[in-house]
Amino acid sequence: MANVDTQTRGLSSPSWIERIPAYYYFIGIILIAMPVFAGDFVLFQIFGWTFILGIISLSLMFLAGYGGMVSLAQMTFAGLAGYLVAIFGNSAIDTISQGWPWYVAIPLAILIAVLFGTIVGWLAVRTEGIYTIMITLAVASAFFYFTRQNYVVFNGFSGFNGVLPPELFGIDWRHPVAFYYLTLFWALAAYFSVVYLSRAPFGLALQGVRDNARRMAALGYNVTAHRVAAYSFAALLAAIGGILLTWQSAQISPGTAGIGPAIDILVIAVIGGLRHPIGPFIGAFIYVLLKTFAIDVLISLGLSGERFQLLIGLGFLVIVFWSPDGILGLWQRLQDSRGRDPLTGRGRRGV
Amino acid sequence: MGNFAQRHPFWATVIAAAVAIALWLIFAVWPGWLVDLIGSKKLFLNALFNGITLGALYFLVASGFTLIFGLMRNVNLAHGSLYLFGGYIGYEFANWTGYWLLAFPAAFIIVALLGVLMQLFVFQRMEGQELRQTLVTIGISIVFADLLLWIWGGDFYNIGLPSWLSGPMDTFLITGVSRRTGEFLFLKYPMVRIVIFAASVVVGIAMWLLLNRTRIGMIIRAGVDDRDMLAATGVRIQLVFAGVFAFGAGLAGVAGVVGGSFQSLAPGEDIRFLLASLVVVIVGGMGSIPGAALGALIIGTAEQFGSVYFPTYAVVLTFIIMVAVLAFRPQGLLGRA
Repeated sequence: MANVDTQTRGLSSPSWIERIPAYYYFIGIILIAMPVFAGDFVLFQIFGWTFILGIISLSLMFLAGYGGMVSLAQMTFAGLAGYLVAIFGNSAIDTISQGWPWYVAIPLAILIAVLFGTIVGWLAVRTEGIYTIMITLAVASAFFYFTRQNYVVFNGFSGFNGVLPPELFGIDWRHPVAFYYLTLFWALAAYFSVVYLSRAPFGLALQGVRDNARRMAALGYNVTAHRVAAYSFAALLAAIGGILLTWQSAQISPGTAGIGPAIDILVIAVIGGLRHPIGPFIGAFIYVLLKTFAIDVLISLGLSGERFQLLIGLGFLVIVFWSPDGILGLWQRLQDSRGRDPLTGRGRRGV
Repeated sequence: MGNFAQRHPFWATVIAAAVAIALWLIFAVWPGWLVDLIGSKKLFLNALFNGITLGALYFLVASGFTLIFGLMRNVNLAHGSLYLFGGYIGYEFANWTGYWLLAFPAAFIIVALLGVLMQLFVFQRMEGQELRQTLVTIGISIVFADLLLWIWGGDFYNIGLPSWLSGPMDTFLITGVSRRTGEFLFLKYPMVRIVIFAASVVVGIAMWLLLNRTRIGMIIRAGVDDRDMLAATGVRIQLVFAGVFAFGAGLAGVAGVVGGSFQSLAPGEDIRFLLASLVVVIVGGMGSIPGAALGALIIGTAEQFGSVYFPTYAVVLTFIIMVAVLAFRPQGLLGRA
């Protein structure tokens, strides 16, 4: 897990390659070699979607896990970035789309989404705890209704279709293998940037603010600035995820960033676990598997396939009830109980 | 009131002027230039009254929400589901018995029982863990929405009104002067909406009296201020919690019957009313019943005026109000800092 540190510290130790845990190599090789043994559907629909939802949920995990601020507006930032790419770049709605080149459209879309995220963050950090959830939920629904009503810029109910990634280096980035590597790259970039940031001075200060805002203020840290900056960074992650999401389905509409998807992002992050940046990706993988295959399973069990929401909701309830830290929490508990001496009940390895 | 005028002479003048203008708009016969500017008076009065009655409905939903929050610090994001469930229960009862009025106690009791179950099996187990409670209520609302969809399907339901409530009622408000005869024309307004408005005023006053004039109300107010100290004086706090949760949930159920009578019930209404009550209590101030009333009135009228005068962005208007309140008074208009 410590590979960021090892990479920056470089060759001071005997071999920095040895200091990266073995499972990192294992998972890395599997992820890179995936296109060899996985079909197009699995690459594009399962893994592509998992990475995208994982990136957006990761932005929530960063805010909630390190900043103690649960925001339901992450899908809104993602949706805004997706919309802006469609508006500035190319889409089938050529009366609205400006058709600017990608190197203008994409940075501009991300910049505006981050600005919007900063403004929402500035508004949200005036409140705490559950209030934050409510305010961000209200922002998310305001965005949903606004895009649904606005036909001049957001093209109302139908949104934009035919939003395709640019043909960079002569590659069709919506081809399953290319798209897999594209999303994998950004997922890894997002993951390692969050891991890095969590150990950087900013991340440590943010965790200090989470644990005791008053003490951090007394130490001379600007609490509000740290929180708002966390929102900006989270909005950046969400914006990247949102653009990838728009490319994956080649369309964006109000429903993409509606209230349901906003809550789904929270569900994904909580199911996976808010303790560590890997949690959102685990949660996203489970969610995507459920969303893709639950209908078949339900039908084969003789139930109606429409009961998918029920399954997701019950799964979420079970997780929140018995393991507030999600799947990661379950894993942690398993580790603890394995390391415990059955006679004394104390940890064998000094846990 | 005199105190307020002395402390804030400027705002007192502004409020007095606004009230005077509003009264003139409601009671006077509008001159021609005003009609040319913003449309007929009938349109204005209808928007105003629709807004007030919608505000009454919002108040019924939001007062339970804010009561539960004020006492237990628990944001019940399944409140919209309770509303929709109450509406469906009311529909079934009204159909089964044939009496519209019977739908109200039925919805109140059944939804209140559900609220007690939720309090006993969910919230009591994770007391003090606000975030976890909120997450659980999100889960419950997802499960509930799907169960309701399973049982009642995606159709629109409308609870039929008894004959004495349907049809319009003459009011004393003048909408204009008839061109042919020169007589005043009076506003006709649906009877059911006036009854609903009167009923929610009664409910609001009853709640205020209950909270401020009875022993139970005293216990609840003490619990809002300091829960632990109240428990230490020997009050069985869990019983109070269960009671308040039942009452708040029951109110949501009653509101569901009201909403099903003058609007309609369908999947998605739960989220709509959850959002409405969220915005109402954020604007009015969390945990405050008068705040809920004021917020409901503001949001209801803003929504209706918005849908009449600039229909495209009517929904967004309510959120703009919320953002403005948050930016300048984060605790809400009548909330305590």
